[in-house]
Amino acid sequence: MRLQSEPFAPGDLLAAFCKGRRDVGAVVSFTGLVRGDDETVQALELEAYAGFTDLEIGRMADAAAERHGLIDVLIVHRVGRLPPGEPIVFVATAAPHRRAAFEAADQLMDYLKSRAPFWKKSHEADGARWIEPRPEDYLDAARWDDAPAPASLKDRR
Amino acid sequence: MRVLLFGPLQDVAGWRERTLASPPPSLAALKAALRRDDLALGQALDRPGVQTAVDKAIVRGDIPLSADAEVAFLPPMSGG
Repeated sequence: MRLQSEPFAPGDLLAAFCKGRRDVGAVVSFTGLVRGDDETVQALELEAYAGFTDLEIGRMADAAAERHGLIDVLIVHRVGRLPPGEPIVFVATAAPHRRAAFEAADQLMDYLKSRAPFWKKSHEADGARWIEPRPEDYLDAARWDDAPAPASLKDRR
Repeated sequence: MRVLLFGPLQDVAGWRERTLASPPPSLAALKAALRRDDLALGQALDRPGVQTAVDKAIVRGDIPLSADAEVAFLPPMSGG
């Protein structure tokens, strides 16, 4: 996986990821954009701990690859100050068949949105504030835990 | 010894990275020194959910620190 401050072109990443494969029947990709919920959000600022954040995410990617039987996985995550509308995260998974590729990408995004070692600040017209995951983000991530899902989660799904 | 603060801890302390000329011998001694220097930071470091990484690996409890250790204080993570 890689962390970078520069923008990326999701289409280029996907094309490169697909190129020259003969053993893969399914590639799923996800691109996350910086969402400006309203006019007040000027930018998101993502902070990572280089050498720690990338290692943790890489470990998670390896675990997801093993769990779902992936042939390959790519994660690109941006850091720094990002204006609304720009791509912030790209995940691609390659597997022999589609189900594994879909589920692995879903699991990795749930992890990235809730537990990955980032600190996130929202710059708004009236100042900046640190933001935490939404309760739904934790619930989404918990779907993939080995422990049985809590009753509240089963109800929700 | 390098000390790194992440996320909201930077706002509490007013710094992100500091090199200590006389490195404390243990994590507890380091936290005590930071607390003596800045009570608000000391309190923030003791809040639940603040994790500590030494040389980029999470540690729990008190451990001895080498003079060239990199100690990072990691408040609850936000995801990307």
